[in-house]
Amino acid sequence: MSGDGAAKQIGGYPAYMRESIERVEATRKQRLQDGPPAPMSADERDEVLREWHPDYKADKKRDLAVGPSKGARMPHEVANLLEAYPLVDPAAIDLSKPDLDVQVLILGGGGAASVAALFAREEGIPTEDILMVTKLRHGDCNSIMAQGGIQAADREPDSPAIHYLDVLGGGHYTNRPELVRALVSDGPMMIDWHEKLGVLYDKVDGRYLEAHGGGTSRMRMHSAKDYTGMELMRVLRDEVRNVGIPVLEFAPAAELLLDANGHAAGAILFNLETEEMTIVRARATVLATGGFGRLHIQGYPTTNHYGATADGLVLAYRAGARIIDMDSVQYHPTGVAYPAAILGQLATEKLRNQGAEPINASGESFVYPLEPRDVEAAAIIRECYGRDNGVTTPSEIRGVWLDTPMIDAVHGPGTLKSRLAAMWMMWHRHGIDITVDPALVFPTLHYQNGGVEIDDEGRTGVPGLLAGGEVAGGVHGKNRLMGNSLLDYNVFGRRAGISAAAWAKDHEAGELSLAHVRGYVAGLRSAGIEPDRVAPMILPDYRREAVLARRLDVL
Amino acid sequence: MDDGKRTQIYIMGKAYDVPVGITIMDAMEYAGYRFTRGAGCRSGFCGACGTVYRKEGEYRLEFALACQEMVEEGMHLTQLPFTPAPRASYALDELDPSENVLLQFYPEIARCVSCNTCTKACPQDIEVMDYIQAALRGDLERVTELSFDCIQCGLCAMRCPADIKHYHVAQMARRLHGVSASPEPEHLSVRMAELSDGTYDAELDELVAMDVDGLKARYAQRRIEPASEEGS
Repeated sequence: MSGDGAAKQIGGYPAYMRESIERVEATRKQRLQDGPPAPMSADERDEVLREWHPDYKADKKRDLAVGPSKGARMPHEVANLLEAYPLVDPAAIDLSKPDLDVQVLILGGGGAASVAALFAREEGIPTEDILMVTKLRHGDCNSIMAQGGIQAADREPDSPAIHYLDVLGGGHYTNRPELVRALVSDGPMMIDWHEKLGVLYDKVDGRYLEAHGGGTSRMRMHSAKDYTGMELMRVLRDEVRNVGIPVLEFAPAAELLLDANGHAAGAILFNLETEEMTIVRARATVLATGGFGRLHIQGYPTTNHYGATADGLVLAYRAGARIIDMDSVQYHPTGVAYPAAILGQLATEKLRNQGAEPINASGESFVYPLEPRDVEAAAIIRECYGRDNGVTTPSEIRGVWLDTPMIDAVHGPGTLKSRLAAMWMMWHRHGIDITVDPALVFPTLHYQNGGVEIDDEGRTGVPGLLAGGEVAGGVHGKNRLMGNSLLDYNVFGRRAGISAAAWAKDHEAGELSLAHVRGYVAGLRSAGIEPDRVAPMILPDYRREAVLARRLDVL
Repeated sequence: MDDGKRTQIYIMGKAYDVPVGITIMDAMEYAGYRFTRGAGCRSGFCGACGTVYRKEGEYRLEFALACQEMVEEGMHLTQLPFTPAPRASYALDELDPSENVLLQFYPEIARCVSCNTCTKACPQDIEVMDYIQAALRGDLERVTELSFDCIQCGLCAMRCPADIKHYHVAQMARRLHGVSASPEPEHLSVRMAELSDGTYDAELDELVAMDVDGLKARYAQRRIEPASEEGS
């Protein structure tokens, strides 16, 4: 059943991998007694990042040649999309008769979009004057896949100030201070809002069950088993449906529209199936389009959903918004390395906060299990490629063990299956029981750390254009901590929704224009960029090349 | 992954040779399909890729998530677009959980004939029929417990001969259970009061204004709270 061919399987693993598992088992008792290795010092962290983290490979990036953040360094895969021509020819479209006219247009169908929609309504925008539009379905997003939890400093030994320091240190002090302040200060309020919506966080004796995450100094990770993102997203989606906010699905935005004053004024959508365009005029536009995992930066597999192609980033940049911290990419330390059929899918950090340690092929622990994500990922890459202590799978993927049986050994039998039900199910489908055997993991492309520049009210540099969630940058600096993305989309989805409502109350939408796109195209031409590249990408293409090569493009 | 071994499957009636050991979704892309509908998170959490198949020689239809299920020799596959299902609208804070509100809002649950088809269709191995029976009794806690892992793919509702919209019923039950029987911890309201009183303002003002060297020194001095069993 597993993805690695015909080798004889024992408990889901080929026999040769069993030899390494036996070495993991042989040291487990001693490791449980000794506890994990100590956390790294600041110098040790710097060294492993510099030498092994993919972000530090100079030849994988370049300076952007055009636009308001010209000169900013970023991966080629991102620069390729920003240095690309539009899908819509500005000369070939009549903007004088918009098909839809709303007060607040929200681009996106995930967590940030849902929260923004609900709070725009709370602020008094009539329900029918809000429109959510999304490329796939409402809820097909990264928010729904988040497993481990959401941070909020609500326990007595904790405080927003301690949370602030954890976030800054994790982000290498590159975060925007006012954004982090908003993030940590609104945390408890957002959890309270979730409670009132009926979100079911894990509780024990009337208190939240809270745990550490990588790089936290206090336990503040709230969870709903390992379905935290799904529980949140399905409740938010249910509430959007409950209050009747209109949602247009399979309708990605191809371009943002501005008015004569340079204010955001809506978007051009297109129907993913009929390919018909729709022109939406809006007083305020919220960008909540998520991140870029499907760009497969440096060839990495990704945990991200099918639509994570950085469309919003491209559109906002053409409209004049600045972007920040796009040079840094989050590789989650533990993506699935085996079996190949689920390569790169997420093995939640919660496995580690519940006691599972990364272990090398010889059965040794080699890293503190809860370093910040970039450090933990770099340490795993070093173990596999610098020290040759990884396990190689039948498909030539290297990985290290995540010693999942430690969870029940620490907390008692049954803990893993109840607190990590999704993880248990994922490997169980491939014949592996992670309560009995460890899981093989390697870093996977997970999160867009940077993004569109916003202020602490979710405002971009383009008046009337707000942004929140993964598409926005600055909150996490060069590295996000576990549990701060769910918090981010709530805090900044809310702030963007409120700001959008405030802007919409004071501004009429003017005459629609694509002058910014014409200007951007002129910039591309004068930078000598060949017109063969177009963006936004909308969806990745995973069709087999042999099929595409023989394709007759008639329809 | 591609070690040369092939297996034959049928996608909407046409035969394709695809590598063994890959998911249905990957196999369809290998064959040349490009998804617009029917692909979402690609990790088993969003419910976009509900798939129906029949194996060669079998009379029974099987159900799966295309992103999670492996291809097998002789599978005849069809993807199902997400099917519309009516859902009730309600104001959560105006409901009385002591009455059987689920039956009021979703009276069709009384039509359940206990055929268990919903449970057999569930790719998450949820005891769907059992939670519908619990819903009939108004047992919100039991519905919550049994339905918690539901990804709302809708395969249950598509199969149900009584036209029950199981996943909407369960969503309502969980939310109602959350607001009525799972009270908000006191430490959260205490912290919210402190925040609105400005208890942390001075400390945050100081940190926001602090230079990087100052922050690094503070960070290095952090006390790491030992992990305890419950974290409370």
